[in-house]
Amino acid sequence: MGKYIKFFLVGLFFGIVLVKSEAVSWYRIFEMFKFQSFHMYGIIGTAVVSGILLLLISKRLKVKTIEGEHLKVPLKAKGLFRYIIGGTIFGLGWALCGACPGPMYILVGTGVFSMVIVIAAALLGTFIYGLLKDKLPH
Amino acid sequence: MDYILQPWPWYISGPCIAIVMFLLLYFGRTFGMSSNLRTLCAMSGAGKKVEFFKFDWKSQRWNLVVVLGAIVGGFIAHHYLSNPIDIDLSKNTINDLNSLGFNDAGKSLLPPELFSWENVFTLKGIAILITGGLLVGFGTRYAGGCTSGHAITGLSSLQLPSLIAVVGFFLGGLFMIHFIYPILF
Repeated sequence: MGKYIKFFLVGLFFGIVLVKSEAVSWYRIFEMFKFQSFHMYGIIGTAVVSGILLLLISKRLKVKTIEGEHLKVPLKAKGLFRYIIGGTIFGLGWALCGACPGPMYILVGTGVFSMVIVIAAALLGTFIYGLLKDKLPH
Repeated sequence: MDYILQPWPWYISGPCIAIVMFLLLYFGRTFGMSSNLRTLCAMSGAGKKVEFFKFDWKSQRWNLVVVLGAIVGGFIAHHYLSNPIDIDLSKNTINDLNSLGFNDAGKSLLPPELFSWENVFTLKGIAILITGGLLVGFGTRYAGGCTSGHAITGLSSLQLPSLIAVVGFFLGGLFMIHFIYPILF
């Protein structure tokens, strides 16, 4: 059980940050896709820039993981179709219900229990992908 | 304390999200929220029917614990760390939302027009939530990641596939908001 506490705490922090930043808000996602505020672009932009710096610094300092391995980011497989088509399909859903997979769970915590319907549908969507995987271009 | 109770500015929130990503890498894992959907499918026994779900889902339990923490974090942030104030949306957004029929823009995290139970149980209401969820679940797995896996982790590590995926996210999102919303609402 003990080894899971750190993951719980990271999740806790993640949930708090996404609520306090309003990134879980459907309204903020709408505003972002309307290009009417810098807010969401600021969040994603500074997250990426800080992420690049953290990874560069940890590479320079040869930071090891707690398991003693070199810290490394899993590489995404090469490809085009799956990223552009899959990404577009996700984008349509993201804008429609205003929540990507992280915020879906977090919003349940804030008391939006109707989000459970979206999560159930997302599970079904994932299952359908699993069924069709070999028939889709990747 | 007052700084915590106010909404957090983007230049605080963004670096905090990068710290979440970094901590998970430091723990020898990775930041990816949509993977949990696949894990939950596998846990429910989908692996008996479909090869894609035949994997050692128990090795992914740590990520479900992250989700559990995020749910509790959402509860704490919403109930104990927030002053009840409106979201500071831009004037143009509020006007656009009003003309689409969303009258309480920014008064809560989500529009009651979509997420209140009385609207969820209309044909249109339930169709929107289910369609949205299906697209998210299918699209994220097809693309191999969502905002956390591609936009944050993938872009931070300068991976081209993630850049392509993020371009896709925006193509889909822009099309939905600019072309489909005016038909739906």
